[in-house]
Amino acid sequence: MITLAHFLTLSALLFSIGIAGIVINRKNIIVLLMCIELMLLAVSINLIAFSRFLGDVDGQVFVFFILTVAAAEAAIGLAILVTLFRNKRTINVAELDAMKG
Amino acid sequence: MELIAFYLFAAMAVVSALGVILLKNPVHAVLCLVLTFFSAACLFLLLQAEFLGVVLVLVYVGAVMVLFLFVVMMLDINTVPLREGFARYLPAAAIVSGLMFVQMLVLLGVTTGERGVAFPSADPAQAAGFSNLEWIGRALFSGYLLPFQIAAVLLTVAILVAVMLTLRRRPGARHQDAARQSTVRKEDRLRVLKMPTETRKGEGAE
Repeated sequence: MITLAHFLTLSALLFSIGIAGIVINRKNIIVLLMCIELMLLAVSINLIAFSRFLGDVDGQVFVFFILTVAAAEAAIGLAILVTLFRNKRTINVAELDAMKG
Repeated sequence: MELIAFYLFAAMAVVSALGVILLKNPVHAVLCLVLTFFSAACLFLLLQAEFLGVVLVLVYVGAVMVLFLFVVMMLDINTVPLREGFARYLPAAAIVSGLMFVQMLVLLGVTTGERGVAFPSADPAQAAGFSNLEWIGRALFSGYLLPFQIAAVLLTVAILVAVMLTLRRRPGARHQDAARQSTVRKEDRLRVLKMPTETRKGEGAE
């Protein structure tokens, strides 16, 4: 019998993996962005599980908005990344320490 | 049967999520993230959220992850300096995220008494007499109409920002300026000169 606790555990696990990835790969911006996507996915699983559990459509609508915002965020983040790489020739977070462009 | 499917997809999602954060090659990491999203889409289908499962595959795997892959392959990244400190932060990351995981489980009540809370057997959309798509659509175009339109504006702004950020004008390159082309007038290009009439020798003397 599949229960709410299964999905909540999976979502907590994915979220923790995302946090661990941010701590481990703190030099590489691309992996940082991917870890953020992973955490958003964990939140989406949570929302959909509760939507199914409570019989309420709002959770699924919120997941829809999360997908929209995450797509916009990924597009802009990668555009900034490409511009950064073009100017600095690196994507190492530790070397991006100038406030002036 | 459902439980077996859940464990299969959940294990796939967790293993490939670990691959995202542990693999050396960023291309492999992106491919692992694709697998994670795919398993999550299957889990959405298990929860009778068909629309979001399909959207996750189409939009996320089809567009966002391909964009990631494109950028990773386009940038010529030397991954060696990006990996320094990896082994040093690994224990700290494992402890922090493990503690967070346990805390979340305790907070959600998964470890105490709520383990047996099953899902209601009837799909809520079908209980209301709709398909899943119609169920979401009715909510989205009635109660959430304004947020929906704001999301549309947000996506448009994101497109414009992404184009403007990556647009590059090289000083030496030749390019078209459509605005200047369409506003050009005859006077800018054409100059009418007044010249005295010339005659060939021997002809004009008549």
